[in-house]
Amino acid sequence: MATRELRASFAFVERNFNLTRRYWGWEVAWLVYSLAAALAVAFIGVAQDDPGLLQVLVIGTIFWNFLSIVFGFIGETVTWERWEGTLEYTFMAPVRRYTQLVGSTVFAVTYALIQMVIILVVMMLFFNLEFTGGNFVTAGTFLLLGSLSFVGVGMMAAILPLLYVERGDQMVFLIQSVILLFSGVYYSTDVLPEWMQFISQFSPGTYVLEGIRGGLIDGTPVTELLHNVWPLVLMGVVLIPLGVYVFGIAERYAKRTGKLKRVG
Amino acid sequence: MIEVMNEPKIAPMPVTSAEPLRRVGPPPPGEQPALLIEHATKRFVVGRKKKAVIAVNDVSISIRRGEIYGILGANGSGKSTLIRLVSTLLTLEAGRVAVLGHDIEREEMAVKRLINRVSVDAAFFKKLSPHENLAYAARLYGLDAKEARAEAIRILARLGIGEKRLSRPVEQMSRGMQQKVAIARALLTSPTVLLLDEPTTGLDPRSKLDVQAFVEEVRDTHDATIVLTTHDLAEADRLCDRIALINDGRLVAEGTPDELKSMVARDHGAEPSLESVFMTFTGKSLDEDIGDNDNEDDE
Repeated sequence: MATRELRASFAFVERNFNLTRRYWGWEVAWLVYSLAAALAVAFIGVAQDDPGLLQVLVIGTIFWNFLSIVFGFIGETVTWERWEGTLEYTFMAPVRRYTQLVGSTVFAVTYALIQMVIILVVMMLFFNLEFTGGNFVTAGTFLLLGSLSFVGVGMMAAILPLLYVERGDQMVFLIQSVILLFSGVYYSTDVLPEWMQFISQFSPGTYVLEGIRGGLIDGTPVTELLHNVWPLVLMGVVLIPLGVYVFGIAERYAKRTGKLKRVG
Repeated sequence: MIEVMNEPKIAPMPVTSAEPLRRVGPPPPGEQPALLIEHATKRFVVGRKKKAVIAVNDVSISIRRGEIYGILGANGSGKSTLIRLVSTLLTLEAGRVAVLGHDIEREEMAVKRLINRVSVDAAFFKKLSPHENLAYAARLYGLDAKEARAEAIRILARLGIGEKRLSRPVEQMSRGMQQKVAIARALLTSPTVLLLDEPTTGLDPRSKLDVQAFVEEVRDTHDATIVLTTHDLAEADRLCDRIALINDGRLVAEGTPDELKSMVARDHGAEPSLESVFMTFTGKSLDEDIGDNDNEDDE
């Protein structure tokens, strides 16, 4: 049973890998765009002649890129299949949704990691960046926890294209934009108005970026950042099972109303 | 770019009605049907006015193992909705569906392992090659990828698609070839019930004949029960052991092609053809769209 589910889960890894390979032109385009965007933002730090700001911006841009890829892959799972016309085929297969989630997550995290390393290397070469004294265990821990919480949010968002055939994908994009604004990607959340700071507490991005900056810039061990750890653990523990459960309800609704058939 | 390959022709098999030893007709008491549909009903709410449309209305069908069972109906008559209900892609409003005794709602996973479906649109990742699409299917169904690959090569060779062709994107294949790959993909999982939803619609005559010949071969070589929806009366006549006529979501007639033809000749004095059968029981021509009940496009 476990072997079968594992094999089925690998189906999504292999399929996504093959799709990435076949759409290699787009992959190059997206990588170049991500690199250009990261460099453009980082140059603001250079213009201000502020090495601290440069580090904040570089970390923000690199890790936001990572998190948004993970979120995007999960959140757009349904949209992607609907666009390809394979949604019914995949939903008809004897595969549990969590199996699909595991496969999609493994691929998304691997893909995002590769892109993150490429951008990081280019940034380090470009700006002679060094994170001497940085705590990489802390950064790695927050990257892992951040991935899990973003998978949870992504899973909840993936319901939207299932429920709203025409507008669902746009809603996923809006959620991503809101997380970007409220999570302090390029600035500390302290600069936000009070009401925005209140909302930023509910974004996993806030804790991930604070944790990674604490680790890489200040060398803070993860044990001293527990106030950023537990919200992420809580979000991962609650949102992933909740996402799978709510996705199940949405799938049943789609089957009741015939929305699986619609091609976007 | 669509590329039409020079495919070796498949010799069409002789057109025969049910072979003497084939078991045709509803299963006798005590025999478990391959597919049992009891009083299946499905309605959709469509349009801004939230109008309720009954797509499948109290349909009951019992299909024996090894049968090819045809479902005939005009566009929007409910035949594809019925196939989707059996495919677990829609939920039932009322009634029951069971595959080899497994209830579709209570044992969904078990049913999913027993069925596969080929739809009118081949439903592939178009940029992926047949090999990559089939590997995806094999893993989803828990098959060994290497064995599945060898089996796929064998099936596709039988359909006139050489191994060399299997590494290029599906989008570069003709519709006929795509449909053959879709059938090969379905067969790869050795389904007990194979649902063919208008598999030859839109194909050129030669591809149509190839696919039909292959369906006959599947019937003879695989232990599969086939449910086939079609517009093509000649195809239904050639392939199906029994035929059900669906009109406005209701089953209006059922029998072997010969039984149905004799019935219209005897009771209605009509010409003994499936065209007459269709016109007699539905009052429509096959090409007629049923606007109000065209739930599959409006749902």
